[in-house]
Amino acid sequence: MTTVFDVNKVRDDFPILKQWVNGYPLVYLDNGATSQKPQSVIDAIVNYYTTTNSNVHRGVHTLSQQATDSYEGARAKVRQFINAGDDREIIFTRNTTEGINLVAHSYGRQNVGPGDDIIVSNMEHHSNIVPWQMLCEEKGANLRVVPIDDTGELLMDEYEKMLGPRTKLVSITHVSNALGTILPVAEIVEMAHAHGAPVLFDGAQAVPHMPVDMKELDCEFYVFSGHKLFGPTGIGVLYGKAEYLEAMPPFLGGGEMIKSVTFEKTIYNDLPYKFEGGTPDIAGAIGLGAAIDYVNDLGFDWITSHEEELLRYGTEALSSIEGLKIIGTAAHKSSIISFVMDKAHPHDIGTILDEQGIAVRTGHHCAQPVMQRFRIPATARASMAFYNTKEDIDALVKGIDQVLEVFS
Amino acid sequence: MKLRQSPCAKLDTIPIFDRLISMPQLPDVPLDGLYGDLVMDHYRNPRNHASISDADVEAEEFNPFCGDRATLQLKLDGQGRVSEIGARADGCSIIQAATSMLCDQLHGKSLDEVAEIGERFRHAMKNGAGDDDLELGDLLALQVVRQYPVRIKCALLPLTALEEGIKAYRARPG
Ligand SMILES: Cc1ncc(COP(=O)(O)O)c(C=O)c1O
Repeated sequence: MTTVFDVNKVRDDFPILKQWVNGYPLVYLDNGATSQKPQSVIDAIVNYYTTTNSNVHRGVHTLSQQATDSYEGARAKVRQFINAGDDREIIFTRNTTEGINLVAHSYGRQNVGPGDDIIVSNMEHHSNIVPWQMLCEEKGANLRVVPIDDTGELLMDEYEKMLGPRTKLVSITHVSNALGTILPVAEIVEMAHAHGAPVLFDGAQAVPHMPVDMKELDCEFYVFSGHKLFGPTGIGVLYGKAEYLEAMPPFLGGGEMIKSVTFEKTIYNDLPYKFEGGTPDIAGAIGLGAAIDYVNDLGFDWITSHEEELLRYGTEALSSIEGLKIIGTAAHKSSIISFVMDKAHPHDIGTILDEQGIAVRTGHHCAQPVMQRFRIPATARASMAFYNTKEDIDALVKGIDQVLEVFS
Repeated sequence: MKLRQSPCAKLDTIPIFDRLISMPQLPDVPLDGLYGDLVMDHYRNPRNHASISDADVEAEEFNPFCGDRATLQLKLDGQGRVSEIGARADGCSIIQAATSMLCDQLHGKSLDEVAEIGERFRHAMKNGAGDDDLELGDLLALQVVRQYPVRIKCALLPLTALEEGIKAYRARPG
């Protein structure tokens, strides 16, 4: 049974939401860029630095042991959260970008050669385009781009046609940050596997909004950022199937990732440490663990039903505004509403909303190819989280009225 | 709605603008929020909007963060003075207004004079306009953008295009 939470009680857990900005109560609708942090996450970080701070895996002293336990405890929380089989499959990174670059450098350099294909989609964030472009350039490989339709849906027929013996990796977003589209990840994996190709999902915009299950999904790699999941900046996660990670060379060389070093030969450490060179973001991992605890307490049953209702309400409200067009109208969407107005540029929309304490993102959202696909330079984007309310959307609609007043 | 007041509004009553008090009063320039009349006029009726076919100075500049674009063209007469201007911008109201305002100041000027206006404009956007900046004309209306630091790059994009165009023109042999 779904526990129904009072969203106003939930909001009380987020101190920043009590703020006023430019003389108005903050209406935070930029969760796609980064999310706010509950008090429990802030406390976990403060507690760590106040009582436990020490380096991990290095000392026999008590604090080092406690820090190691907390850091590894966070890894176990991540493993449970995404239902992976083994803690060794959870690599802490800085963010989504680093996770993708790790796979591109380590797996990509080892396995991709001249004439091979890497498949991405037309709605990727730049961080899931540029590392592959760099790799393709270095190796003489091809970056293939699966097109999308006018609603922002992936063209699965085209995708299937692209797959073949030369496909070395499919790297596709789980949820589009610019359009909100939720991609059919199970089918994407199934089709890729039918051609023996491994799959990486960019889960940056998925994990804050829906449960993900590595065992069920069966993808080879999955990456996300802690800061979009109500955790701190500076910590992210790469999930990789153990057999893949075992076979891959390390990414960063240094401390932590070795078993023994002589000038003749270095023996690399076991998973996951092989990929965690240098002192990690210990406090960040602990903060992420606290964020996962917080999300688990709310539960995705409530989170998704609340966010679906916000999306429905927001879509209806914004669609009824004359001269406003929603970009991204896929049947299966996350709580992201990207829009353009025929009378005002997204920057001007953003500034006028900001005057009223309303934070939205304006620009190309680091997804220029998707903007080019829709022949627009930029959009304004309202991206909701579970602490947003219908009142936030009402404020947005009122804010847009002001845009119309200035620009009509 | 309360758009932020212009710095010409009663400064002493608005503590948030303390840092702007050092700005000179420029009573002839109507400053009225970010979207004041002059900005909106240049936005809605951009001057020198038609492109010219055989420009001497030509440049295009992008803002990598938002994809906005300004394209400037100048044609010089026998004395090396600006005789024709083509100015276009794709993007927000500020970049469009700034492009129109900037080009409006360039008629009949030599490239040295154009460069000087450009420097003056950049300096004024960075440090605030002074008493001797009145020759910036309508560009002074963009002083209000200084209250919106993230938008300053919108106002300066056409200038960057102009500077690049002049540099390329001067680097050309002959
Ligand atoms: C879909 C997607 N991928 C990747 C990223 C990059 O995330 P980060 O900047 O945390 O590496 C983002 C964040 O904007 C995103 O939305």
